[in-house]
Amino acid sequence: MSTVFIALQANEDTRPIIDAIVLDNPECTVNRQPAMVKIDAQGKLTVRRETIEEQLGRPFDLQELQVNLITLSGNVDEDEDSLTLCWNS
Amino acid sequence: MDMKVAKKKLALKEKYKLLTRDLGWEPSYQKKDDIYPYIKYEGIKIHDWDKWEDPFRLTMDSYWKYQAEKERKFYAIIDAHAQNNGHLNITDARYLSALKIFLQAISPGEYAAGKGFARTGREFPGVGTQVACQMQSIDEIRHAQTQIHALSNYNKFYNGFHAFADARDRMWYCTLPRSFFDDAMSSGPFEFMIAIGFSFEYVLTNLLFVPFMSGAAYNGDMATVTFGFSAQSDEARHMTLGLECIKFMLEQDPDNLPIVQNWIDKWFWRGFRLLGVVGTMMDYMLPKRVMSWREAFEIYGIENGGALFNDLARYGIRPPRGWDDAGKALDHMSHQFMLALYQYNFGTAFHTDIPTEEDMAWLDKKYPTTFNKYYRPRWEHIRKLKEAGTPYKNMGLAKLCQTCQIPTVFTEPDDPTQLTIREVDYKGDKYHFCSEGCQHIFENEPEKYIQAVLPMPQLFQAPLSGDLVAWMNWVGLQNGKDNGDYFGSEDQKNFDAWRDLATRNV
Ligand SMILES: [Fe+2]
Ligand SMILES: [Fe+2]
Ligand SMILES: [Zn+2]
Repeated sequence: MSTVFIALQANEDTRPIIDAIVLDNPECTVNRQPAMVKIDAQGKLTVRRETIEEQLGRPFDLQELQVNLITLSGNVDEDEDSLTLCWNS
Repeated sequence: MDMKVAKKKLALKEKYKLLTRDLGWEPSYQKKDDIYPYIKYEGIKIHDWDKWEDPFRLTMDSYWKYQAEKERKFYAIIDAHAQNNGHLNITDARYLSALKIFLQAISPGEYAAGKGFARTGREFPGVGTQVACQMQSIDEIRHAQTQIHALSNYNKFYNGFHAFADARDRMWYCTLPRSFFDDAMSSGPFEFMIAIGFSFEYVLTNLLFVPFMSGAAYNGDMATVTFGFSAQSDEARHMTLGLECIKFMLEQDPDNLPIVQNWIDKWFWRGFRLLGVVGTMMDYMLPKRVMSWREAFEIYGIENGGALFNDLARYGIRPPRGWDDAGKALDHMSHQFMLALYQYNFGTAFHTDIPTEEDMAWLDKKYPTTFNKYYRPRWEHIRKLKEAGTPYKNMGLAKLCQTCQIPTVFTEPDDPTQLTIREVDYKGDKYHFCSEGCQHIFENEPEKYIQAVLPMPQLFQAPLSGDLVAWMNWVGLQNGKDNGDYFGSEDQKNFDAWRDLATRNV
């Protein structure tokens, strides 16, 4: 199973987003590096809007992720409720 | 009186359809082939452009909104950097060499990518593709501008930043990225997408921006972290566009597979060579290092690239033909390249130096099978020569690879003591190559590569006619200021003096 990942800038905007990703993907690995956080998962990772909103305490448009996104890996599928990264192999 | 009616928010897919796909139309009084004249000659067969998916489903209105926010964040930090003597907060002015290479060699590549995507956005018939290319074109111009802007603050205080635009065209080590982008831009639109969207974005930019920018953070360089991450936030979209383009070509027609595979082979190797310069920055130019180039390549090249090729195997794609040679070169390439940069440092608009004992201990830890065995003895020899007052400068001119334009300084994949020498006779002339990979690329398209502009022949042509001083003027290099060793340079003296002043009251 290949690794998918998402990396976000380390700042106040992304703290609740990272918490939400960890809640939705309990098997993931969080790597904290200077100025950035990289989250790895085996085969698949899902970012859910609702969980982010619960952590954030306000409505959240998933496309806001674009502002603090550093990089990702895997095939992307996004709609208003979730963003999924996956490898098919 | 008007009644307030709550407007129903459009679902993302619906909004994307309305603001992207529905903007297209079928031409009625011009032939499609006349409107899109470059779409068939590469041999790629497309049956249904509507099958092209933009998985982010980003529409122009959201695009402007989020890009504006990125710019606001960027300029808030750039202002703070300038107002707070940010140029004195870096760990060591040795670090500036990495920024100078970035500005001279990489930022112009961003601009070239902007031009390239403007062109492909016009040449592809699909509306989804056109919009995605248009966004990327604007992104890339933004990257060039924000990088130049951020680094202009260093130009007020340090040498080597002032002539980056001339360097881009004329400096010998800048022709390496330049030839990469020129090669891509003079290809057809589909090959351009593989060159930039796949090779540059998916395989290279992670290595270029992610560990390097984390390194900038580690070295106290707020300005570079900011432009780096601001640019990289667009790259996720760019990588996805590159990946979608590959999948699209492979799904549209089985005849596309061998063409796509050939491009993947070519552009993987070209990209790998281009990355050598990033290797020297990561292993030798950051005073504080986050990870070695090898470690970064393991994560972003081998693991991430490997995942991608496994995923594409269902279409019949195999890993690129240079994959194994690249693996064998990993423990050598940055050291061989750095030794070349150092011995020609009278002709570089950045400083290099002999690694200190501490640096060498780190390099040995990161390259345990090769550094002490092959490279430490050379550096120690060079150090001895310098201490004896007879510093080693290679005043001869490098033999350049006709494909990647790097001096032919690399060794055989299975024998690091054997310099790779490859020659091809073509139409009465002799061409040199740094590797089997570069030779193979040339042999596939000799008529393209014999036209390459190489810096060494330019030096010998009129009006320079081999005159080194005239050459320095021509490339914008101030002798004794921009070039040479770091220790003893004006940059080092100024940084040390200003930092000292900043921490005392005199
Ligand atoms: Fe870019
Ligand atoms: Fe890009
Ligand atoms: Zn080469």
